[in-house]
Amino acid sequence: MELFKIKKDIPFMSYGRYTTTISLVTFLFAVFFLATKGLNFGVDFTGGTVMEVHYAQSADLDKVRGQLGSIGLNAAQVQNFGSSKDVLIQVPLKQNKAGSKLSEQVMEALHQQDASAELRRVEFVGPQVGKDLVENGAMALLLVSLGIVGYLWLRFEWKFGLAAIVANLHDVVIILGFFAFFQWEFSLTVLSAVLAVLGYSVNESVVVFDRIRENFRKMRKTEVNVIIDNAITRTMSRTVITHACTQMMVTSMLFLGGETLHYFALALTIGILFSIYSSVLVASPLLMMFGVSREDFIKPEKAEVEEVLP
Amino acid sequence: MNRYPLWKNLLVLAALVLGFIYTLPNFYGEAPAVQVLPLRSNLKADAALLARVEDVLKAAQLNPEAMSLDATSVKARFNDTDTQIKAKDVLHAQLGEDYMVALNLLARSPQWLTSMNALPMYLGLDLRGGVHFLLQIDMKGALDKALESDSSDMRSSLREANIPYSGVSRDGSMITTRFRDAGSRDKGEAELNQRFSGLEFSTREEGGEYLLLAHLKQQEQIRIQESAVQQNLVTLRNRVNELGVAEPVIQQQGADRIVVQLPGVQDTARAKDILGRTATLEVRLVDDEHHYAEGGIIPFGTEVFKDRDGTPLLVKKSVILTGERINDAQPGFDSRNNEPAVHINLDAIGARKFKEATRENVGKRMAIILFEKGKGEIVTAPVIREEIGGGRVQISGKMNTEEAKDTSLLLRAGALAAPMEIVEERTVGPSLGADNIARGFHSTWIGFTAIAIFMVIYYLLFGGVSVLALGANLLLLVALMSMLQATLTLPGMAGIALTLGMAIDSNVLINERIREELRNGVPPQTAIHEGYEHAFATILDSNITALIVGVALFMFGSGPVKGFAVVLCLGILTSIFSAVLVSRALVNLIYGRKARLNKIAIG
Repeated sequence: MELFKIKKDIPFMSYGRYTTTISLVTFLFAVFFLATKGLNFGVDFTGGTVMEVHYAQSADLDKVRGQLGSIGLNAAQVQNFGSSKDVLIQVPLKQNKAGSKLSEQVMEALHQQDASAELRRVEFVGPQVGKDLVENGAMALLLVSLGIVGYLWLRFEWKFGLAAIVANLHDVVIILGFFAFFQWEFSLTVLSAVLAVLGYSVNESVVVFDRIRENFRKMRKTEVNVIIDNAITRTMSRTVITHACTQMMVTSMLFLGGETLHYFALALTIGILFSIYSSVLVASPLLMMFGVSREDFIKPEKAEVEEVLP
Repeated sequence: MNRYPLWKNLLVLAALVLGFIYTLPNFYGEAPAVQVLPLRSNLKADAALLARVEDVLKAAQLNPEAMSLDATSVKARFNDTDTQIKAKDVLHAQLGEDYMVALNLLARSPQWLTSMNALPMYLGLDLRGGVHFLLQIDMKGALDKALESDSSDMRSSLREANIPYSGVSRDGSMITTRFRDAGSRDKGEAELNQRFSGLEFSTREEGGEYLLLAHLKQQEQIRIQESAVQQNLVTLRNRVNELGVAEPVIQQQGADRIVVQLPGVQDTARAKDILGRTATLEVRLVDDEHHYAEGGIIPFGTEVFKDRDGTPLLVKKSVILTGERINDAQPGFDSRNNEPAVHINLDAIGARKFKEATRENVGKRMAIILFEKGKGEIVTAPVIREEIGGGRVQISGKMNTEEAKDTSLLLRAGALAAPMEIVEERTVGPSLGADNIARGFHSTWIGFTAIAIFMVIYYLLFGGVSVLALGANLLLLVALMSMLQATLTLPGMAGIALTLGMAIDSNVLINERIREELRNGVPPQTAIHEGYEHAFATILDSNITALIVGVALFMFGSGPVKGFAVVLCLGILTSIFSAVLVSRALVNLIYGRKARLNKIAIG
């Protein structure tokens, strides 16, 4: 079976102006939502207490809220989690005077109401820890970006490194934009998914770049845009097949992996879709813009010049 | 052209066989077990203990599936959790306080696997259930305490040396001593400089007063902080022992934090209670006039405490000193005969009381007792040789360096426990852990099957080879995780799934390249060769960038992120091996021997 029997190269580079506009617009939208709505940071980053409680029968959320209110936790967020028997309770840091002892107070109160309440999970994160995690996350992002630019610079040329990292940070910002727009919870696990996308998406650009370099060596005396078009067209099939396979895995996690992996898989899904787009339609036009040329790889032959000697 | 030399085939085969053996233990699962650990240094986990545990269990008619003995403990494996809990209760009742009896999980894999160190993957708390605490040590508190006691000591040393001063005060991290004239300040500086090696002195004149300013030297600050962490680690270790947790993790994280992980613990309230308890220390006199036999009469005004080896001692009830009076305790050497010793530093009030007590009781023994949870244990009971003034006490004799270290840690644990606070807690119930395993396993399995079906349809035989290579990748990854005993978490399972999804990329690259070569009219054998050759550079480049991400995640990640990063890094390594070497070896076996190959099944 072969899905991509493309005889002629698709002139991707001539669409460059449109695609750059499209990505610029999506990018600006993402930045806009990040700026106005902001990310809905999970307890990992903001600090606070999250408890998952399992009941034998469907839980009455209003009664749970009332009971929590009676011990002074009226700002607690109570919602179902996965099923009607599972309840997720979130208490912000500022209302938590008991620190790590809070979970016991809550369970005591809930047991008075319904003895079948079973504590499935507690996460308590103090304010300092949250701040450290944000700092470490930012450090990881910075280090990954620098590492990738550095490696591509060594292996290819600085233009490639820069084009790849711009394209991929564009993906990262768009994922974050989605999380801001829908106010999905941004946790540590999602952060690792975002960083994984960065690696994955670079992977993507590298495959195209490898082809471009090869074409520069093989197809002498061809225009740069034709070379890039040919490289993209011929890696097209691989791009789509690989992403389809990865997406199968990720989809399986999205639906079967449970609540913890849900947003992780969601971030990956968005990342995978946009990394196809960005490696083809962002990284390559950028490469053109930076003025990539054959001379970046092949030293021009020195013309024999006649010399006049005294 | 498409034939591997014998050694390459053997290498691939050996890797796969090893991978299979080390993956194997994961299929046997784990069984409930009871672990018995001796708590006193004079008790050993040996064949005698094994026999004793066996007898106790036999007497209670509990039949363990298997029993084993390792360097530190005796383990007994049971069929079900009911028997396990009964066994724990029986053993605890029979063996007494000298042994810790903990519930544990043991691999059910056969002996020959265990003996070659093939163990199942180590599951993280989110998969097996348990508690994770992050405790923060109040370093400012520890430094303040040190400065506070230094300033009161400075007062008494100036007084002892008869140097007139008008006041000693502490302001933040600075101790200021005021003098009326320059002469006494110079004398004071010389005196204090000699006494307080951890302080740095400087002078200043202000409003007609002569000031001597002192602050902690950088290295002294570091020493105080390090010893605060060490001492808290020891204290926590002792307390966790009491919880009866098998395989607890207690380690330092960063400069001032300690991670405590207690797998399998459900009663978090009790765990927090025990971890947060404060210990106290008391110095009393030993009553050597009366003889005490176990079970005998305890004379009036005395109590019985056991020392660390379990020997009972009769101790007077009146207290000479409490732990608050101890500034520091450090292991060191006796300056006279170079024997290992413990140096104790008392504050001014403590020094005075100690001087009085030692003057009146030369030749007698004193006992230093550590109280925790209302239960006392004698840390050490040295003989008083002479009157000791000045607050510097040395305990030596019959001690090796290790014991000196232990003793000083215990003394500090009771004396200047820098306060700790729980800043992070993650508790996962066992049912959620089991759910997480099932979910992670299911999603990986279904994703894998979907990819396999697709690959075989799309690339026919070469697709099949790719799937086998992917299977080999999974096998090697699981084997590597088991071998390294790296912690597998739920994000780690997601990492396995994601690595598999990404690893197929290498095979797609190869297969597409072969197709392309075929389209260009290259004969099949050459196409296979060229396809693998050309794809390799690309595979390497793209995997190295992914590896950069993995390493950065590992360095800066914490908790779930780290678990993910480990799998990502290992997965990249195994995927290069399996996608390039294993799949090539398979293709070579299938097509390599055919001299005249006209068509290959690549779709």
